[in-house]
Amino acid sequence: MKKTFTMLAAAAIAATTAAPALADLVVPNLSYRTGPFAAGGIPYADGFNDYFTLLNERDGGIGGEKVQVPECETAYNTEKGVECYEATKGQGALVYNPLSTGITYQLIPKVSADGITLYTPGYGRTSAANGKVFEWVFNYPANYWDGASVAIKYLLDENGGSLEGKKIALLYHNSAYGKEPIRTLQELAKKHGFTLSELPIDSPGQEQKSQWLQVRRDKPDYVLFWGWGVMNSVAVQEAANIRFPMDKFIGIWWSGSENDVLPAGDGANGYKALTFNGVGGDYPVYADLKKYVFDAGKGSGAGDSAGSVIYSRGMYAAVVISEAIRKAQELAGTPKVNAAQVRDGFEALEITDARLEELGLKGFGQAFKATCADHGGAGGAMIQQWDAAAKKWSLITGFIEPDHDVLDPLVAEDSAAFAAENNIAERCN
Amino acid sequence: MFYREAGDFKTSYVDDSQTFPIRFDRMRYYAVLVLGFGILPFVMNDYWANAVFVPFLIYAIAAIGLNILTGYCGQVSLGTGGFMAVGAYACYKLMTAFPWMPMPVNVLLAGLVTAGVGVLFGLPSLRIKGFYLAVATLAAQFFLVWLFNKVPWFYNYSASGQITAPERTLLGVAVTGASTPAWAKYLFCAVFLFVLAWLARNLTRGTVGRKWMAIRDMDIAAEIIGVNPLTTKLSAFAVSSFYIGIAGALFFAVYLGAAEVGEAFGIQKSFLILFMVIIGGLGSIFGSFAGAAFLVLLPVLLKNLLVGGLGWPTDLAAHIELMIVGALIIVFLILEPHGLAQLWRVAKEKLRLWPFPH
Repeated sequence: MKKTFTMLAAAAIAATTAAPALADLVVPNLSYRTGPFAAGGIPYADGFNDYFTLLNERDGGIGGEKVQVPECETAYNTEKGVECYEATKGQGALVYNPLSTGITYQLIPKVSADGITLYTPGYGRTSAANGKVFEWVFNYPANYWDGASVAIKYLLDENGGSLEGKKIALLYHNSAYGKEPIRTLQELAKKHGFTLSELPIDSPGQEQKSQWLQVRRDKPDYVLFWGWGVMNSVAVQEAANIRFPMDKFIGIWWSGSENDVLPAGDGANGYKALTFNGVGGDYPVYADLKKYVFDAGKGSGAGDSAGSVIYSRGMYAAVVISEAIRKAQELAGTPKVNAAQVRDGFEALEITDARLEELGLKGFGQAFKATCADHGGAGGAMIQQWDAAAKKWSLITGFIEPDHDVLDPLVAEDSAAFAAENNIAERCN
Repeated sequence: MFYREAGDFKTSYVDDSQTFPIRFDRMRYYAVLVLGFGILPFVMNDYWANAVFVPFLIYAIAAIGLNILTGYCGQVSLGTGGFMAVGAYACYKLMTAFPWMPMPVNVLLAGLVTAGVGVLFGLPSLRIKGFYLAVATLAAQFFLVWLFNKVPWFYNYSASGQITAPERTLLGVAVTGASTPAWAKYLFCAVFLFVLAWLARNLTRGTVGRKWMAIRDMDIAAEIIGVNPLTTKLSAFAVSSFYIGIAGALFFAVYLGAAEVGEAFGIQKSFLILFMVIIGGLGSIFGSFAGAAFLVLLPVLLKNLLVGGLGWPTDLAAHIELMIVGALIIVFLILEPHGLAQLWRVAKEKLRLWPFPH
């Protein structure tokens, strides 16, 4: 027994001292390749890694500095997320992107105390868009409230500008992630006169029979869906089973990947989902990725997800982070930037259409410009629809702008509550 | 040779009934205290505190709590996660409602609230036992998680249903919130664990503990010799829930800083702590420590070895880690069904005779 303990202790010390050397630009990838959410976590992590590998192989890193992307497995679990954060922050981490709203909530106070940027594109705490309160957190180009508003705007369009008397059901992952849009949708329900019913699904969401039974009974006109991981494909299958009209079923951007709709086969035809980035392998950047990364055998993971929806989104996060680091290097006048300088880079970041075209990603995302007060970006999103015969997503709208009249007061209110709880004085005045 | 009773003369009853009757054990105990309170706080960094020590200390408190109920009193409970949630939410409500209240008071009150809830859910134990009681406590688990998800008052109407611990200081040092120094986190939990473990050890050696064990061993016989099952069972539920509530409060306020009930206090937490108790050893305080250490440290250790040391891909390492931990649990339970505590006991017996076993 004692021997085991000594051995454990010795091994523990050996293991922790074997950490990689401090050097380069460190962008940890808190990924999840295991657990019920791996279906989304794997392509995202691969897209994230591959883009940085491309920068290292093609350009020798960013501004001549190589980028290190140490990966740490969180399994979408907040405790493991905290452990990963603590394990990697000592390596000189510049920015975190945990792809989990739960972990984001854990990390917001920690990164603010440690002075490291937290970048949560399309997820996390919505009110972090208010840079006056959240100095270290950025969530451009879009957040959940934007998503909720875009979905409602799209429905308004479909219904000739009025949702009066319509019934809309929100089917959501019963966690911080799924609850985020509720407040916005309630406001929008008041404004547009539709009734909102909320149907929570407990994590991981493999069991949704009772919720879909309720959908069948209530017969809502539309179902909005905030799901992730295995929950998505189950929901699409269940919707197909009860013959819910798929074109009235709209998922958030995390509920609209190939993995979610393929299992339901033809039944998934017509399912719609939001997206804030372009998808598919037609962008010129894939030629470079193929040449420098895939063909060189340096691709991350199994390499079968390139061009898929979630892969593209992981790559999008990597593009924005690398652009922010580039901006930081420009501002600081040195390629060896530290975490505080990277934050300044994020705050001064401007992604233009011209820049995206230079990167080989024309039209991949919306142009936006961050400021001290605005960490949230433009917030536009597109609607994509699944074509089961062709097995591909096609965009059916351009970027739809969210309803800022409704969202801005909500963001101000929620961030003010956070500021009051934590005694934060507003910046940027 | 050095581990023996011989030559260690007890001249008073107090000496005779002390917790560690063997000198070597006593010395080891003091050495651990010196290490824990005198050395570790000074060398603690963020990683060791947040990834290793703080979760270990908190899980040890929870494991002691469950061990009191299951190991000493024989009442199976699957509601540990739910009771931890009660502690966490009670602590959160107290912290936000009374910002001036010192943190240790918050934690203790959260423990008391949980004790009350525990007694309430312990009532069925007077009529049912074994698997049926396990199912009743399972209902508590699901009910409590559902309650904290459903009623917005518990999470102060926050948009996401998350609770976030505001910063609170003790003697001028932050003990909750993001700017807490690693040593303060560690020490805050360590003091709680030390006091609670000391209390549990002495409770279980005294009348209360003996009553619990009498009920565990055979409730009818215990009743015949004059042990009141009502007070005994409910006191076990109360004390156990008190410990678990404190563990929940610390888990939320000191360790995580923000929590979401379904994820942080779900059914898997109940099982995790039950496994700690079973692997560590039912009816043993040391076993609670050993079980918590085993299940908290081993995954972190394996992850560091496989990913940090050997450079394996993270997903492969995560899967292998699950398999290794699972296999070790099975091996341990086959070789020693009474847990790590029994191994320790056997080792001590052997040490007494060593090096002359005859």
